[in-house]
Amino acid sequence: MTALSIKGLVKSFGGLRVTRGLNLEVAPGERHLIIGPNGAGKTTLFNQITGEITPDGGSISMFGTELMHVPSRRRTHLGLSRTYQIITLFPHDTLLHNVMLSLLGLDKLRWNPLKRFDAQRHLVDRAQAALDQVGLGDIAQRPLSETSYGERRRVEIAMALVQGPKVLLLDEPYAGLSIDERRDVQALLATIPRDVTIVMIEHNMDVALDFADRISVMYFGEVIVEGTRAEVVANPRTKEVYLGH
Amino acid sequence: MTFWSLLTVNSITFGGLLFLLSAGFSLIFGLMRIPNLTHGSLFMLGAYVGATMVGGLIGISTDFWIAALVATIVVAAFGAVIERFLLRQLLGNERAQVLMTLGISLMVADFCLMVWGGDPLNMSTPAHLGGFVRAGPLAFPLYRLAIIVIAMIFAAALWYLLDRTRLGAMIRAGVDDAEMARVVGIRVSRLFTIVFALGAGLAAFAGVIGGPILSVYPGLDQDMLPLALVVVILGGTGSLLGSFVGSLIIGFIYNFGQALLPELAYFVLFLPMLLVLILRPQGLFGRQMP
Amino acid sequence: MTGRLVALTIGAIVLLTVPLWMPGIYYVNVTSQILFYAIFALGLDVLAGYAGLTSLGHAALFGIASYATGYILGLGAGHTVAIIGAMVIGLISTAIFAALSLRATGIGFIMITLALGEILWGLAYRWISMTGGDNGISLHGRPAPFGIALSDANAFYYATLLVFVVSLAAAYIFIHSPFGAALRGTRDQPRRMNALGYHVWMIRFWAFMFSGLLTSISGILFVYYNQFISPPTLALTSSAEVLLMVIAGGAGSLFGPIVGAALVVIVKSIVSGFIERWNFLLGAIFVAIIIFMPDGLVPGTQRLLRRWRSAAKTAKAAKTRSAS
Repeated sequence: MTALSIKGLVKSFGGLRVTRGLNLEVAPGERHLIIGPNGAGKTTLFNQITGEITPDGGSISMFGTELMHVPSRRRTHLGLSRTYQIITLFPHDTLLHNVMLSLLGLDKLRWNPLKRFDAQRHLVDRAQAALDQVGLGDIAQRPLSETSYGERRRVEIAMALVQGPKVLLLDEPYAGLSIDERRDVQALLATIPRDVTIVMIEHNMDVALDFADRISVMYFGEVIVEGTRAEVVANPRTKEVYLGH
Repeated sequence: MTFWSLLTVNSITFGGLLFLLSAGFSLIFGLMRIPNLTHGSLFMLGAYVGATMVGGLIGISTDFWIAALVATIVVAAFGAVIERFLLRQLLGNERAQVLMTLGISLMVADFCLMVWGGDPLNMSTPAHLGGFVRAGPLAFPLYRLAIIVIAMIFAAALWYLLDRTRLGAMIRAGVDDAEMARVVGIRVSRLFTIVFALGAGLAAFAGVIGGPILSVYPGLDQDMLPLALVVVILGGTGSLLGSFVGSLIIGFIYNFGQALLPELAYFVLFLPMLLVLILRPQGLFGRQMP
Repeated sequence: MTGRLVALTIGAIVLLTVPLWMPGIYYVNVTSQILFYAIFALGLDVLAGYAGLTSLGHAALFGIASYATGYILGLGAGHTVAIIGAMVIGLISTAIFAALSLRATGIGFIMITLALGEILWGLAYRWISMTGGDNGISLHGRPAPFGIALSDANAFYYATLLVFVVSLAAAYIFIHSPFGAALRGTRDQPRRMNALGYHVWMIRFWAFMFSGLLTSISGILFVYYNQFISPPTLALTSSAEVLLMVIAGGAGSLFGPIVGAALVVIVKSIVSGFIERWNFLLGAIFVAIIIFMPDGLVPGTQRLLRRWRSAAKTAKAAKTRSAS
């Protein structure tokens, strides 16, 4: 069984075809890298996998469950989590509160109007543990607005990890980071256990190559080359559309 | 027969007034993305200024059309001031802008009550437009027919302004995409002032020529604003054609509703608006609402 | 924390002793008004402040509960039936309002609630057989629970205070609950909340229902206080007035709307003693607050205090440093 299977995915905005019959197979536990030039439709693909954008046609399934008609929020409950290229967090709240909100999204407790949110030990402890894991445990009580860009990236990852996803989508997790911060995030991603399948978008191929088991090269809404690192690098079409420029 | 045809003429007349009122409302909404809740107040202010001048200010009674012109200019200037000095600094914060227009409308309403008192002012029709037009057994008030003609002339002029002039092209660009308009070098902020003043002037003009039919009274603003709102929601924001068709539809629903279902007149009036909001939020002729 | 406890205790003592030190019945009545308007403002604050959905039609929900009370009493029913009936009708109306208006957010939401408010106002005004039109509906007497006649101003005050305290406690618990945290999340990042697994629409719907509950409660207190309900209570001006309470005090805080309600009711009572031009002042306050204190008085003052304190601290630190 594949972790993520996408077949014949199509999407147009107005007359612009942004996804043109895209196919993608990701095995359980795999680290799959999606690369491609700007405007290749990488983030649009993620948005369709999570359901934030509804595809015009095709199929998306996760561990055998067809997702096409599952609302976006339900897909999260089925074990699909993601990070965003453009950080969208809750700026007035503390780091801990941000991660707790992420946990609460999958907890029945989210409908409870009577208990006290910040007294829910099981949420607090797991959120604190997640922040410890990404190296932000000391500043858990700091408001998000007082953190650096690199720290926010790690909060994003903590929020995705804490949901215990089966499939994790990372949208350019290195974007805008300094070299040091990038190394921290790289080390962090390496610690994620293999029972989490990871699909990562990266614009800059060099930083993510080591991480990937398999690589797909996207170009104008299609996967044009797919294979192991060596296969993809050796393929002349990769050079043509991506490395060549 | 007489009843029905008179009701029809009244509906079209009222539709014409609504068009003058709502065209500006619609353009402001299209461009600035806010419902201008002072629009009813501007209508009422225009009506009061016009009625006072026609009725005689310090013993001198002004010609109806001069009064209409003066009221239009005064209220347009007032509109420009509101936009330039109060709304401008809230740019980008639409909720604050709406609340600002609401606050101003309360002040204008009370100002009018203070100056003109609680009794309605009756406004006489211009002398040369008194009397009736006879068509067989039917007789229509000439003034009402005149309003229809005036509204048609204004509709044509507005269409020409928007469709055939440079200013109109800039306004249309701003309605389509304010960001893009700014990028291509249109000074959107000045456009806001112009459109707001234009809308205010049109509302005031509608107030003056509507005066003889509606009479001028405290609460006129509260009666007119919802109507402008309904028209624009029905027709779509920023669409002149939408305002035109919406005004006619509402003109008919309003008059026939009052005559046939007086108890539920308001309900019948707002029902189409609600339906459109729910089923087609961008209005019958408009683009997506924010 | 202890400072807060002291403030709460002082507040409680002041409110409990109002009939003892207020110079007359008139002032006790003004305080009653402040309290039920504060419940109304808290109800709107749940929506406008915590959910980020500005309603310009809340006076209609308030009015529905008032009219329902008057109408049911007019049918000859007792107070218990009238109050329960008004709550049920208020909540059903709220559900309809929510279902219709939550199709949009932002300006669209404002416009739909405004439209709904106008419809209800028009109905109250014109559906004369049901509402009495301009003449409104008059009540005859207040209930007397456990033999305590609420027709007495002091007794009515204490009843209102009790309802106020319960409402405030409910709002406090609601806001600090997991659901409250989720609600604030949908205000700040609705798309993100959806991606995190939350049903954003449903969260907003239940918040609207809670808002409608508080609004209905205050509407019932209002009609019993005034013994009268007529169309102006549902007008846009009334919706604007309660929104002003929320915004003036500070949307998105629990203390803010209470301060706002006190401010509006007091200014209105005092000013109306001198001039009739209350609406002009209402509009002017609106405009001034939007320009000078867009967050409202409570958060605005807090921010000023904080800045002042940190400035004092920096000055002190600088002094110590230069001394050493």
